[in-house]
Amino acid sequence: MIEFKNIHKSFEDVHAVDDVSLRIEEGELFGFIGPDGAGKTTLFRMLNSLLIPDEGQINLFGLDPVKEYKKVRQIIGYMPGKFSLYYDLSIEENLQFFATVFGTTIEENYHLIEDIYKQIEPFKKRPAGKLSGGMKQKLALSCALIHKPRLLLLDEPTTGVDAVSRREFWEMLQKLKEKGITIVVSTPYMDEAGLCDRVALMQNGKIHAVAPPSEIVSQFSDPLYTIKVKNNYKSLQALRQWEFCENVYPFGETLHYLDKRNNVSADVIEAYLSSQQLTFDKVEMIQPDIEDCFIALTHNVG
Amino acid sequence: MRILLALLQKEFLQIFRNRTMLPLIFVMPLVQLIILVNAATMDMKNISITVADMDLSSTSRLLINKLEASPFFKLEELSINKEDAIDRLQDNKTDVVIFIPNKLEADVNREGIGKMQIITDAIDASKAQLSFGYLSNMIRELNLSIAINQQSLPNLNQIKSEALYWFNPELNYKYYMLPAIMAILVTIIGMFLSALNLVREKEVGTAEQINVTPIRKSHFIIGKLVPFLIIGLLELTLALLVAKILYDLPVNGSLLVLYTFAFIYLVAVLGIGLLISTKSQTQQQVMMLSFFFLLVFVLLSGAFTSVDNMPYIAQKLNRLNPLYYFMNVIRMVLIKGAGFSDVFLEIRSTLVIAIISVSLAVFSYRKTT
Repeated sequence: MIEFKNIHKSFEDVHAVDDVSLRIEEGELFGFIGPDGAGKTTLFRMLNSLLIPDEGQINLFGLDPVKEYKKVRQIIGYMPGKFSLYYDLSIEENLQFFATVFGTTIEENYHLIEDIYKQIEPFKKRPAGKLSGGMKQKLALSCALIHKPRLLLLDEPTTGVDAVSRREFWEMLQKLKEKGITIVVSTPYMDEAGLCDRVALMQNGKIHAVAPPSEIVSQFSDPLYTIKVKNNYKSLQALRQWEFCENVYPFGETLHYLDKRNNVSADVIEAYLSSQQLTFDKVEMIQPDIEDCFIALTHNVG
Repeated sequence: MRILLALLQKEFLQIFRNRTMLPLIFVMPLVQLIILVNAATMDMKNISITVADMDLSSTSRLLINKLEASPFFKLEELSINKEDAIDRLQDNKTDVVIFIPNKLEADVNREGIGKMQIITDAIDASKAQLSFGYLSNMIRELNLSIAINQQSLPNLNQIKSEALYWFNPELNYKYYMLPAIMAILVTIIGMFLSALNLVREKEVGTAEQINVTPIRKSHFIIGKLVPFLIIGLLELTLALLVAKILYDLPVNGSLLVLYTFAFIYLVAVLGIGLLISTKSQTQQQVMMLSFFFLLVFVLLSGAFTSVDNMPYIAQKLNRLNPLYYFMNVIRMVLIKGAGFSDVFLEIRSTLVIAIISVSLAVFSYRKTT
């Protein structure tokens, strides 16, 4: 079990992590979802003992990362957001190095990384700097796993990786979870939230909700409309000025609209758009996804 | 121990894969020893001299013959016009002007005293002084031969001194400069390479990954220290070989003494380099700081100028300057043949600097922020 209790961390006048308390169960695949600058990396660096919290306590499987950092470093596999293996060493040499540094061998824990490492093994003599983004990510994951950590801490592992590699990566995480490794991952991609057991929505150093992704979506009770219009910008301006508008924001090629009234229908919205001389294709009610929830939660706070 | 070996293996792999650094390590000493030793010479040769001889007598002729025979001077032009000679000095075409006035010989013969003028370009003060010194000697000899010719001084009661140039009888300036260049070379390798290497890990981000491993700080620093210590000693060996082959540098003392000292010295400068890099975030900062220290160390060390002539405060500062001790030791051992007991003080002081700098580097390297 991992527990954060009232964690605070400031950098000069920026409150990077602001009173964060939450619990992650052993064996869980837990995601921190939030935009850049939400405080995810800061939180991770406090968990892996690289950063000392200003206030609050962290309990990592019964260890205190501040006092027992040596033990913590043995049981964590950390993959920083930026690729940070040795560019001038080959795949094999990087893995060998990290295995030795953790007092183990590649053979001993090969079963853990086999699925992942097999995919890059044909290129094992190639320097890490010359690998593609997806291969770099697999190597980094292998290196983070080689000492059989209890907790795998992945800071934005899919940033800058193509869609296929991203899906593959999440499949790998699912397999690792089945092997009993607790996985904590952060991502700015809302679509990845659905792949976690539970997620924490984070913004401006604060946690807005912690729940399974389905629960977060089901808690979203207000009717949500998607509006397909010709001119997104003009319509956005017009809807924002409407007295009943709760929130409206661009969502892909459409606009998502929330009304202050509970019983509003698509016709009412269409009538308003027509009255503003705005042409539209379609207005219809939809099921919110995690991104809508995130926007709703942070909108209420902001 | 296994961790340390893994770290060392990693460092050596990286060093030998670095296609710019490796040639630099081995080409640099050759270039420095071939070019810089000759460039940094202080031997006074080929001082260009212009004589404005208005006298055109046998005495002036005698002086000009002496000048022509001297290895120090190159007689550029015999001008008979003082203004022309001065112009040449103005235009940087000559270093010294000698003005021999009309009736010099006549004055000497008639009144027992004649006057001439020596004008030197004193922008380079030491060159000017040396030229004047050489010329004064020459004129003293000239006076003596005039006196002997005229038999006017029957009894020459005088004190004669004989100079013995010990340790470097031929006054070969290269024997003075070579060890200095070698010491600077070893310093550059030690301080720069280690410092750049460590800060690169921070810049690239690998330090972040290393910091979450159970590698101990001291192991990490030792892992950075040992490879460059070995390279530094190799560099010294290479430089000694080049100096021996190209310049026949004497090796009068024991190499064991030199290498023992070089070992301690390298630990000290590596420690300073690593300390700089633990305090820096980018390679740029490391370069600026290292250059600052290197320049201060070199200029204070007595590589080019005598420490005894430096102001009191500079001499005191040199006690903190590891290169000052190295400069002393390498010259004393190679040229003078000094043994362990002769360089005991230098060894002791450098050892203290080494212990302090490495401890500070280990202490100030932070895995946590």
